[in-house]
Amino acid sequence: MAGYFHKIFGESPVLPIQEHCGLCYQAANAMLDMLRHAAEGDWVKAEEGRARVVEFEHRADSLKKEVRSKLPGGMFMPVAREDLLELVIVQDKIANSARDISGLVFGRKMTIPEPIRDSFLAYAKRNVDAAKVASKTIRELDELYEAGFKGKETEVIGKLIDELDEIENETDDLQVNIRQELQALEKQLDPIDVMFLYRVIELLGDIADRAQSVGRRLEILMGR
Amino acid sequence: MENAALYIALAGLFGLFMAWGIGANDVANAMATSVGSKVLTVKQALLVAAIFEFTGAVLAGGEVTATVRKGIVDAGLFSEQPELLIFGMLAALLAAGTWLLIASQRGWPVSTTHSIVGAIVGFAVVAIGLDAVKWGKIASIAASWVISPVIAGVIAFALFNSVQWLILSRPDPLARARRFVPFYIFLAVFMISLVTALKGLKHVGLDLELTELLAISVTVSILVAVIGKVFINRIKVDPESDREFHFHSVERVFAVLMVVTACGMAFAHGSNDVANAIGPLAAVISVAQSGVVDQSAKLPLWVLMLGAGGIVFGLATLGYKVIATVGRRVTELTPTRGFAAELAAASTIVVASGTGVPISTTHTLVGAVLGVGLARGIAAIRLGVVGQIFLSWLVTLPVGAFLAIVFFLILRAIFG
Repeated sequence: MAGYFHKIFGESPVLPIQEHCGLCYQAANAMLDMLRHAAEGDWVKAEEGRARVVEFEHRADSLKKEVRSKLPGGMFMPVAREDLLELVIVQDKIANSARDISGLVFGRKMTIPEPIRDSFLAYAKRNVDAAKVASKTIRELDELYEAGFKGKETEVIGKLIDELDEIENETDDLQVNIRQELQALEKQLDPIDVMFLYRVIELLGDIADRAQSVGRRLEILMGR
Repeated sequence: MENAALYIALAGLFGLFMAWGIGANDVANAMATSVGSKVLTVKQALLVAAIFEFTGAVLAGGEVTATVRKGIVDAGLFSEQPELLIFGMLAALLAAGTWLLIASQRGWPVSTTHSIVGAIVGFAVVAIGLDAVKWGKIASIAASWVISPVIAGVIAFALFNSVQWLILSRPDPLARARRFVPFYIFLAVFMISLVTALKGLKHVGLDLELTELLAISVTVSILVAVIGKVFINRIKVDPESDREFHFHSVERVFAVLMVVTACGMAFAHGSNDVANAIGPLAAVISVAQSGVVDQSAKLPLWVLMLGAGGIVFGLATLGYKVIATVGRRVTELTPTRGFAAELAAASTIVVASGTGVPISTTHTLVGAVLGVGLARGIAAIRLGVVGQIFLSWLVTLPVGAFLAIVFFLILRAIFG
């Protein structure tokens, strides 16, 4: 004997999406740690850091699949299914960037030149900050559902999204600066190492970009 | 009449079987929302269901019983052979009960109301012919099956929107919840007590003026609202949980309201669904006792009590388990949503009970849930399952009719 009333309720995707975003931020944060060790030339600790990044990225990946499986077609939801899936994809890219950066830096045992080390780490940290704010914004998702996508809660999220935009702008400026600093040094460094340093700087910038996209996707969710 | 005692005993037995089936299975859908939202434990839900299903059945179940008993078939055509009406009603009870049992075991969504209506139509057509069925009445009952979920949906939509507008979208939702929830409690109690007062009190021998009834309803509603307010004031804020989820305390305020609407839902279910079991039973008793098809015979109170008792018995034996399983899976309905769905469904059902229309409790509740969903209140609803539930009655009607015909022919061969 079983009732059937309960079968009309699909599982809410909110918790796994929030957890997923948290994992992506943790991957980025582990990458920052790893960069610090790498900058100090501590490759044993850097390798541990790299392993943690990969682990968070893997967990995020399997959670991404879980979210997808919870959102089959034929669901009636307060938001478009495509928008939710898109949100998870954008979140996931944060973890992917973190994995790529840590892989590149560790794989080549890249050294960060002493003169730009501080500004490089500061730049990296600011990008990870953006991921942190993105995760904080997504943590408001359950409240947003609860309030039925209306009122005060949308303001709270609006403020967090403004903060995200601000940090992203800041990382853009920081990126311009660090590129200039590196350019001033580049004649004294190995050309191939410099090439890859530029690549890492670019990849780091992607993290803030993607964090900002998370905010954008959330705005789209609310706007429907 | 020959065999009168035997017929009454059989009808009582079959009626009890049907009521047991309703209590064992159907009640779970009505109570699952409360258990799912963790407002009531399974034991508390069982207690609430037992008390309010019983009172709902006894106080407000009379009108629908009358419809099932004499509104569907034209009893006048049976006056030549009153036994046929007895065999038919016995067959209808057995058919609906059997179908309910089969469907429940397979987990198919069927409606007790649709089963019994299909069964009664089935035997009437075979026993007398197409003329024996009051098709106009059937049409209006069928229409109500479409209209009741829609109405419940609209009410639920409006209720949940009002909650969003008054409470959830505000900067101080907790303070506003404390202020407004007592009004929702008043509304819920008023709705149910008014219908009961208008339709139910005369069954227990009370005959009062309209103004007196209104006064009683208002007084009772205010009383419950005040008690609710006391409980709401006692709720302590848990800042830890509130930081994790800002609406945690707000939901706890609504949980108080949901206790009230859960009672209302059980009451409404009892008032409408008890008729499915005792309507045919009442018909058999009146014919068997008098030997003639008497349309005006009064419904004995003990029959209502038997139906109500059967439902409670079903609850206690099997319903307990079903509520536990179903409730565990309906966690998506938080108290702010659950109350809107329950209040909308309960209001629709008690009004239908008051006007004597047999509707499906589960369909009405599903309609209400969709209403909350339309107000962007539920994370995900499986539309395919909703379609299945609504379509199932199309199947249930002919199956109920077919089974009733088979049982009718068997009974006629044995006794006739």
